[in-house]
Amino acid sequence: MAGPAPAQKSRATPPTPSPVPAPGGVAHRGSRSQPEVMTGAQAVIRTLEKLGVDTVFGLPGGTILPTYDPLLDSEQIQHVLVRHEQGAGHAATGYAAATGRVGVCMATSGPGATNLVTPLMDAQMDSVPLLAITGQQSSKLLGTDAFQEADIVGMTMPATKHSFLVTQAKDIPHAIRAAHHIASTGRPGPVLVDITKDAQQAEAEYVWDEELDLPGYRPVNRPHAKQIREAAALIAESKRPVFYVGGGVIRSGAHQELLALAEATNIPVTTTLMARGAFPDSHPLHLGMPGMHGTVPAVAAIQKADLLIAIGSRFDDRVTGDLDSFAPLARVIHADIDPAEIGKNRTADVPIVGDAAEVLDALLTDLRAHHPQALEDERSEWWTLADGWRKSYPLGYEPNDEGLCDPQHVIQRISALTGPEGVYVAGVGQHQMWAAQFVEYERPNSWLNSGGLGTMGYSVPAAMGAKVGEPDRQVWAIDGDGCFQMTNQELATCVINNIPIKVAIINNSSLGMVRQWQTLFYDGRYSHSDLNTGHESVRVPDFVKLADAYGCEGIRVTRNEDVDEAITRALEINDRPVVIDFVVPADAMVWPMVAAGVSNDQIQYARDIRPDFSGESEEGEEA
Amino acid sequence: MSRHTLSVLVEDKPGVLTRFTGLIARRGFNIHSLAVGTTEVEGLSRITVVVDVADTPLEQVTKQLNKLVNVIKIVELEPENSVRRAHMIFKVRADAATRVQVASVVEMFDARIVDVGLDAVSVEATGEQDKVDALHRVLEPFGIKEIVQSGMIAIGRGPKSMTDRSGR
Repeated sequence: MAGPAPAQKSRATPPTPSPVPAPGGVAHRGSRSQPEVMTGAQAVIRTLEKLGVDTVFGLPGGTILPTYDPLLDSEQIQHVLVRHEQGAGHAATGYAAATGRVGVCMATSGPGATNLVTPLMDAQMDSVPLLAITGQQSSKLLGTDAFQEADIVGMTMPATKHSFLVTQAKDIPHAIRAAHHIASTGRPGPVLVDITKDAQQAEAEYVWDEELDLPGYRPVNRPHAKQIREAAALIAESKRPVFYVGGGVIRSGAHQELLALAEATNIPVTTTLMARGAFPDSHPLHLGMPGMHGTVPAVAAIQKADLLIAIGSRFDDRVTGDLDSFAPLARVIHADIDPAEIGKNRTADVPIVGDAAEVLDALLTDLRAHHPQALEDERSEWWTLADGWRKSYPLGYEPNDEGLCDPQHVIQRISALTGPEGVYVAGVGQHQMWAAQFVEYERPNSWLNSGGLGTMGYSVPAAMGAKVGEPDRQVWAIDGDGCFQMTNQELATCVINNIPIKVAIINNSSLGMVRQWQTLFYDGRYSHSDLNTGHESVRVPDFVKLADAYGCEGIRVTRNEDVDEAITRALEINDRPVVIDFVVPADAMVWPMVAAGVSNDQIQYARDIRPDFSGESEEGEEA
Repeated sequence: MSRHTLSVLVEDKPGVLTRFTGLIARRGFNIHSLAVGTTEVEGLSRITVVVDVADTPLEQVTKQLNKLVNVIKIVELEPENSVRRAHMIFKVRADAATRVQVASVVEMFDARIVDVGLDAVSVEATGEQDKVDALHRVLEPFGIKEIVQSGMIAIGRGPKSMTDRSGR
């Protein structure tokens, strides 16, 4: 990508009358000694090309029009025209989360930019490398409340890792390079580059290889040797250690290092909502997901552990429940690339700042060198306890007696028939939790969801982005009837651009998680959570007809017996998106559950059924 | 509640102060005083901020601030190893009858009268916060018409400079 002579683009005549005489990068070609002069807009496209960007999700408008012109000529960059800028943002996020590369989205100023706020915040919370480019009103109009002027840099300061306002053409290459660098290094995150229209139109010499000027940005990847030694010593002396693995392991690409360390030490592994797929679900060391809707073995192991090895996790309230009673017996090793996460919620006995892969690798090396006996320890007492929880409290569900599809069954069958090479993208709510629980994840980047922000509407556009990034994989949007109605307009984008995703709507005719809380905590008073999309309702909208209107294949399934056939058919269709309306009961609930703010010891395996941990905690305290 | 003085080197770029104060507010810390200015190094500004920290440890404040891309360095200045100055101007009622008394108080505090009117004087005072607060209390009975003050500025004692090894 960084070669000196990008592919020659020829164009006979400029498409629009323009005061700029030399469009499309044809000016000054061949004169190596002198920097090329081009418009800011051309510099945007040239820089994206040099950074290796192959896809931009976006929607043009007044102030970004200059940049859309040279974009038309790029042979390297495909542009996917979305139907709403929020779709562009989530698509870029889905692309990034599925591929590990930086996702790029583009929008115009004003409402185009403000429509990106939700995806930016979403990417910020889930540490997704995202580059957002927005047009801005011309610099002389800034601050005058001009048409479609919005201070998007000011507005998104809390929603981005960093942002740039560029008002001069000459600054464009550096700003975009720096943004790409910041987005993809350290703890990844979204970076916004807001470029005024006059900066896009003006000409400047194109300078690419100037040194990045970021004196205040120096992420630490390599862990401190002393911290590694202390952590290894804690691991060696612990009797009941457990890995508390977070999304950082996925972003770091540290799954192999995790597997190696876990297998060498025989320590049980738990993977948070953001880390599903960081460790194979089929692996005997895996106890599943901790947290509010985690497995009993994972939650119990953390509560009884004498050592938590937290890698790339952030002690989120949905994992810890009541913080004071979280893992009360455990000392804590906390490794994260972001120093501000360490000690934020729980004090770490051994803090380690560094990249997850380097930390895990260094820990294994140190254990081999200084604590070989720790690698021989079978931890049989600890495993007897853990296996007991696994045996007594496996993930399960009670089938419904209304003759409808069971949501858990639907998701299990999607997983079984698609396999671990698929990509599973959820919205937010009950279906998200079931998808986290009942899909069998075997590889990183196969599970995409909005974990931190909890963005309803994430699924369809993110699945679209994932499919663009990984066209050879089957990509499932596992969505709810509420979420689906927030962003389903991107099905048009999928159809027109031949992006054949599968959408499984888990249709319980309501805002399901809201309804579950109303059932459990508001005496069953269902205040404004009925959506009328499902069983025995008016079906507005009818999702099969909606799919048909978009040119997608639409299928409705109302019985468990027909689930496999519909999934198989969906997997066979690859020339258009498929939407399956799985009709499920409104009363299905997500279990296990720890109610918000209470201790994880109060986990309910099913409604009003608490696991019996009596006798175990005393042993734990002695250990 | 504890009060801390931080000296922060930042890149002199548009929006830096907004990012800085926005983050402090967002994370629930309270700014007691703030002073910003350029430094001996071109392109670098220095923020002196006094923050009140309740439940969250100061370390959380500095770690979060350090994440800002434009923040280069943060140092906490302890009272015993730094020079700190507050700067205030008081407009005090002072007619022919009381002017001499006001002037003598001002002299005792090593402050200065910088403007004289028919029935008021303006008094400029610089010093440790305690000292200017004490002057404030003594001037109060004369009748204070107006007060303006800058944020506290502070510098570490000894030969070392904060911009040493600042990456520039």
